[in-house]
Amino acid sequence: MYVAVKGGERAIENAHGWLAQARRGDVSVPDLAVAQIREQMALAVDRVMAEGSLHDPDLAALALKQARGDVIEAVFLIRAFRTTLPRFGASVPVETGDMQIIRRISATYKDAPGGQVLGPTFDYTHRLLDFDLADGAAPAPAAEAPPTPGPVPHILSHLGAEGLMQSEHAPDPGGTHDVPDLTRAPLEFPAARPLRLQALTRADEGFLLSLAYSTQRGYGRNHAFVGELRIGYVRVSAHVPELGFEIEFAEILLTECETVNQFQGAKSEPAQFTRGYGLVFGQSERKAISMALVDRALRARELGEDIGDAPAQDEEFVLSHCDNIQSSGFLEHIKLPHYVDFQAELELIRKLRRNAAGLQDAAE
Amino acid sequence: MSVHLTAGFDDPARDGARAFRQVLDAMAHPGRIVALDGVVAPAPCSPAAAVVLLTLVDATTPLHLAGAHDCAALRDWVAFHTGAPLVDAAQASFALGRWDALGPLATYAQGSAEYPDRSATFIVEMHALQNDGARLTGPGIETQAFLSLPDMPALVENAARFPLGLDVLFTSGPRLAALPRSTKIGDC
Amino acid sequence: MTAAVVHGAPSRRPPTHPLREGAQVTRMSAYNFAYLDEATKRMLRRAILKALAIPGYQVPFSSREMPMPYGWGTGGVQVTAACLVPEDTLKVIDQGADDTTNAVSIRKFFQRVADVAVTDHTTQASIIQTRHRIPETPLLEGQILVFQVPIPEPLRFLEPREVETRTMHALEDYGLMQVRLYEDIARHGEIARAYAYPVRVEGRYIMDPSPIPKFDNPKLDMSPAVQLFGAGRECRIYALPPFTRVESLDFDDYPFTATKAAGQSCAICASAVSYLDEVVTDDAGGRMFVCSDTDYCAARVAAKQGDAA
Repeated sequence: MYVAVKGGERAIENAHGWLAQARRGDVSVPDLAVAQIREQMALAVDRVMAEGSLHDPDLAALALKQARGDVIEAVFLIRAFRTTLPRFGASVPVETGDMQIIRRISATYKDAPGGQVLGPTFDYTHRLLDFDLADGAAPAPAAEAPPTPGPVPHILSHLGAEGLMQSEHAPDPGGTHDVPDLTRAPLEFPAARPLRLQALTRADEGFLLSLAYSTQRGYGRNHAFVGELRIGYVRVSAHVPELGFEIEFAEILLTECETVNQFQGAKSEPAQFTRGYGLVFGQSERKAISMALVDRALRARELGEDIGDAPAQDEEFVLSHCDNIQSSGFLEHIKLPHYVDFQAELELIRKLRRNAAGLQDAAE
Repeated sequence: MSVHLTAGFDDPARDGARAFRQVLDAMAHPGRIVALDGVVAPAPCSPAAAVVLLTLVDATTPLHLAGAHDCAALRDWVAFHTGAPLVDAAQASFALGRWDALGPLATYAQGSAEYPDRSATFIVEMHALQNDGARLTGPGIETQAFLSLPDMPALVENAARFPLGLDVLFTSGPRLAALPRSTKIGDC
Repeated sequence: MTAAVVHGAPSRRPPTHPLREGAQVTRMSAYNFAYLDEATKRMLRRAILKALAIPGYQVPFSSREMPMPYGWGTGGVQVTAACLVPEDTLKVIDQGADDTTNAVSIRKFFQRVADVAVTDHTTQASIIQTRHRIPETPLLEGQILVFQVPIPEPLRFLEPREVETRTMHALEDYGLMQVRLYEDIARHGEIARAYAYPVRVEGRYIMDPSPIPKFDNPKLDMSPAVQLFGAGRECRIYALPPFTRVESLDFDDYPFTATKAAGQSCAICASAVSYLDEVVTDDAGGRMFVCSDTDYCAARVAAKQGDAA
């Protein structure tokens, strides 16, 4: 006698128990503190904050611990938490020109006012496994210098002053009312650039990296130079109507990339450079550069460039597929039971084969 | 804030849920009259209309108050309880008033062919609400229903624009009935 | 009421950081009734009403991240959360069964965040959330059936671009669908779609009924229940009010037929009219057929035992 499978609830509870045990691993190894993850896995924390769209290093570190280091799972935990938070208002736009810089480089100028700062980068490390790290050796103290005083203007502003750089127009100067909110309104095409940038800054890093790379290899090529890449701390403030003035409520680490790209110019306007823009939570420069390249690729139509079938220039393609919480959820849902649909397909294919066999018999 | 503000829901989550189910029941069964009570708003707003406002309207939904409903007491109540921006007819997601005060339907958003959902919803305050008068057929109605309507020709024209057009909630005291654009009116 | 304050009524008080001192309130106990905050529920409720007013049209809504993955019923869960009242009795099925793991998981979620009564019995439920089936027991007036929808756009398998498919719906330009279905007939002798079989609602919008087997399509037509469809990842809600005309697409010379396993009946309850799952019973190709709707099957068995006793 056939007995239908029962006990889904017990199976789920048992699976959760096993997961908790597997997460902890060998109990003779000390438990990992959230603060250790926050401090020593900082770039993973930054990625979780960026793709989770929530700036909170402690929660991102907790999410990484809970997710056993699975970054997309950690992002998912943060997104699900974020969506339950009440909203008190919007900040005023941050001023990245006032950034307290920890890293700043330009590929277009050998030097610029404010100087180039390599900062804490992997760039010129030789990728040799450091066996001393395994022993937990404390690093030698790093050299220190006094911080650069005052604002450090963007390098591309020098091109702008000469009229060589296309200027950008804020949709709502000084305000935030007309800026769409991807998390509060469904995506609609065509999307305005602010909406595209919102989608890109929380997009999956790997997806953006591949798309950006594809533009470099000719699928929507637009000849990008890194005009400036800067990483540092900016102040976040909000205007509080009850008080009548702005209050500063946070200081956050951001990575900003501006690319310089060609533009053919038109009869009505002389040739100018154009810009791709990337801005990401934390120290996430691979993501910021990728974002700038994809942003620029998505401007192809607006700038009157030939549109081929390059994926990176296809707004609906990019924005519909860049979110790793959407894509991983839908991808993984195919492991859920589909036996009702499969049964329907099974019956159909048997029927089609019977039809075909019947036709063949009749023909013979 | 005014001290005359009357109360909203006692328990926003549960009262709001129960109120929505009543409105859903009405919208799913055009012409059906449902009870909607428990909130007092300043005159001339009916209890049913007040519950609709608390259930569906907030800072993201521009609201038009028409005629006698555009009074200081109700404006304050709406601002305090919903935060809805008060706007002209053309910008409104929701519009509240008596039929004659609301003015021609064409003044309001009708939706577009691509987005027919982007049309205004009327909350029309009635002296009375009865299951007699216009004969209603269409989705949500097994055979036929009847509802006292304020302006047959205008509403027939609204239905003829389907899938565009407005959706109407009629309120009277603690009672509500709905007339979505999909409902056919009369024998046509 | 402390629970409702955090996520319910508007409050200017900043939330306590869950990892810092005095943070117990914002830990697990703090979720609002039916999980979602009131602003999100209002947004969903407005979308549901517009969906009822334009039967078969997909209303865009601003879907939220839920504590389960996209593709696992987040659209249905949001619609259910927007409709639930404390007095409801909820039934959740996946593949027709109440005891499949994802159905168990979703049912448990609503028990936890809304404290509603739950049931396996179709006749006792006021709201039924389903994935891939419509119950065999006819639904009643007053019931709400909430479908989980993966791809809400019925034209998507013909045209991947939203901009294009939206225009087709706007212009009522469904020629491409007719052509594609007719190509099936030319190639296979019939329309080769076994589930998610497209329907036309009240002669206007073509609609995806979600991946139910086409066996279930006739149940959509003139149902006395409210049928709501939620697609979370794709941010769409659509609806069939009660007593709405729903026709499965077909051709005069190739009429639609609702099919199931040919010539089989349930090995447990002997029903010859229910939709059947095929179960492989051994390594030698042995198989049997049992009802996909576990409540329907169990009720028939119970009734027989009652008769015998």
